[in-house]
Amino acid sequence: MKYKVNEKGYYGDFGGAYIPEMLYPNVEELRHNYLKIIADPDFQKEFHQLLKDYVGRPSPLYLAKRYSERYGANIFLKREDLNHTGAHKINNTIGQILLAEKLGKKRIIAETGAGQHGVATATVCALRNLECVIYMGEVDIERQAPNVARMKMLGAKVVPASSGSKTLKDATNEAMRDWINNPVDTHYIIGSVVGPHPYPDMVAIFQSIISEETKKQLLEQTGGDQPDYVLACVGGGSNAMGMFYHFMDDEHVKLIAVEAAGKGVSSGLSAATTYLGNEGVLHGSRSILMQTPDGQVVEPHSVSAGLDYPGIGPQHAHLFKTGRGQYVSITDDESLEAGLLCTKLEGIIPAIESAHALAYLEKMEFKGGENVVVCLSGRGDKDLDTYIKYFNL
Amino acid sequence: MNRIKQLFQEKKNILSIYYTAGYPNTGDTIQIAEALQKSGADILEIGFPYSDPVADGPVIQASSKQSLDQGMTLKLLFEQLKDLRKHVTIPVLLMGYVNPVLQFGVENFCKACVEVGVDGCIVPDLPMVEYEEFYKDCFEKYNLSNVFLITPQTTEERIRKIDGLTNGFIYLLSSSATTGKNLEVGDTTEAYFGRIKAMNLKNPTMIGFGISDKQTFDKACSYADGAIIGTAFVKAIADGNLEESISNFMKKFKD
Repeated sequence: MKYKVNEKGYYGDFGGAYIPEMLYPNVEELRHNYLKIIADPDFQKEFHQLLKDYVGRPSPLYLAKRYSERYGANIFLKREDLNHTGAHKINNTIGQILLAEKLGKKRIIAETGAGQHGVATATVCALRNLECVIYMGEVDIERQAPNVARMKMLGAKVVPASSGSKTLKDATNEAMRDWINNPVDTHYIIGSVVGPHPYPDMVAIFQSIISEETKKQLLEQTGGDQPDYVLACVGGGSNAMGMFYHFMDDEHVKLIAVEAAGKGVSSGLSAATTYLGNEGVLHGSRSILMQTPDGQVVEPHSVSAGLDYPGIGPQHAHLFKTGRGQYVSITDDESLEAGLLCTKLEGIIPAIESAHALAYLEKMEFKGGENVVVCLSGRGDKDLDTYIKYFNL
Repeated sequence: MNRIKQLFQEKKNILSIYYTAGYPNTGDTIQIAEALQKSGADILEIGFPYSDPVADGPVIQASSKQSLDQGMTLKLLFEQLKDLRKHVTIPVLLMGYVNPVLQFGVENFCKACVEVGVDGCIVPDLPMVEYEEFYKDCFEKYNLSNVFLITPQTTEERIRKIDGLTNGFIYLLSSSATTGKNLEVGDTTEAYFGRIKAMNLKNPTMIGFGISDKQTFDKACSYADGAIIGTAFVKAIADGNLEESISNFMKKFKD
């Protein structure tokens, strides 16, 4: 439990709940209830039933033969891309919508960048017949039209965030403002392991199904439940936290988190938070973020909208600072090449986010025979435009 | 005795004005302070801008962005405030978010405040528990007041605790809302203000958020020791002659 949250809501130096007083009752209500609700057998039963029948879990752990030949190690892909709505995001939204119901909330709000979390939220709101408002940056609305249409079909109201840089960070600010103005009946479904305590812990718990299944599947397929390496991409870090969760205390399992270097870490167009950032407070928790010397949040860049975030979750900051996790970065070009490689070798078009994790395989050296799990967090359908433009397809 | 305490002892119906440093122009900070004091403001709350001001509405947010785009930083603000006390005598608070303070260094920040004659701070995203654990000692060492916000949802136990922790005033939000909303005093708001008044807190109270004219100001003063105006003022100085805009705006609150 060395890497889990303490009773004050901190992971080492990181975490906490840096929120204005207006949000205190909402966050306090959550903090007071989340563990109790999640531990309730009825909640667990309904959660797992929905994950099975609606999401399609367990997601396969696939031993990728041609990858394995290429790298001389056993490369397993955890197929979160096969989930309903096409990514790991739905694990968390299913959990949070059930929790919101238990808290008696009637209205759901969420932020979204590329639209994956927005779609996953709108989906569960349709499923449970709850009002849904999604905040999305104006710029993102323009470049992610299909996901905006999906959310609308699902009955959600999509509200453009027109402040600041008009992207994910600003959508998050707008969602927080909505919550401040609607403190009683509204639940805010944060999509990543960021935000004030207890969000990072709660989202990690819901996403931990990824590593819980992986352990069982590895045991069945290899006779042991501990791989040598686990890899995942990190924006805010929810798929990575889900993938790392049940391996954190197995100290000899190497955890590799892959950030987006964008055009290169020194280009000024990057989202490699641990490389470029330092400690501070963003969106309600103390963590590592990209900022100016004056403490203003810096705009990140990545070809992958899901990794285009100027911070990382506080638990990631802790894994980074303690050295438990290795944080590396992959450029836009490397990730797109890796996406194409995955498609050609394994017949799977990965989300560009997930392609960042795959790209790091190229940089690793294996002795031979190691077991390596890569979280394939999402499918690449949403990224076809980007692939088409990049490769002139 | 510090300036804030003295003011509340000597005067009733305190009018506090918030403005964003570096807005509308980078160099306006001191000029606005002087003009406000001249036209009857009792307290100044100078906002140091932040890129992601979640507790603020569109008006203050836009002023923050403009100020930052024009080059305002906390460091520059302290340089501008170097001769603050040659220009104004009324209490001055700095208001802003915690991250710029962290990057400046908490101790450096407190020290710089005291050196230029700032009397206290309001940091809306610095909650009580974090303040107690990491900031309080430093604030007290430099004798800086830290003002907390309370809302209609804040419990009595929590208000008592805040009252014990602060030594300036308590900032009453008229509703759980971001800045720039109108004050609508219905039965529930009245009950809330009444409840706070009946608690006989050791600190004075100021009603903030939603005050925009004499009528709302007077209403607020009937429940508390005074009121704070932010959004309406920031809107009023967006363009035109600064001195004139300020003097015209402040006339609205005089009899």
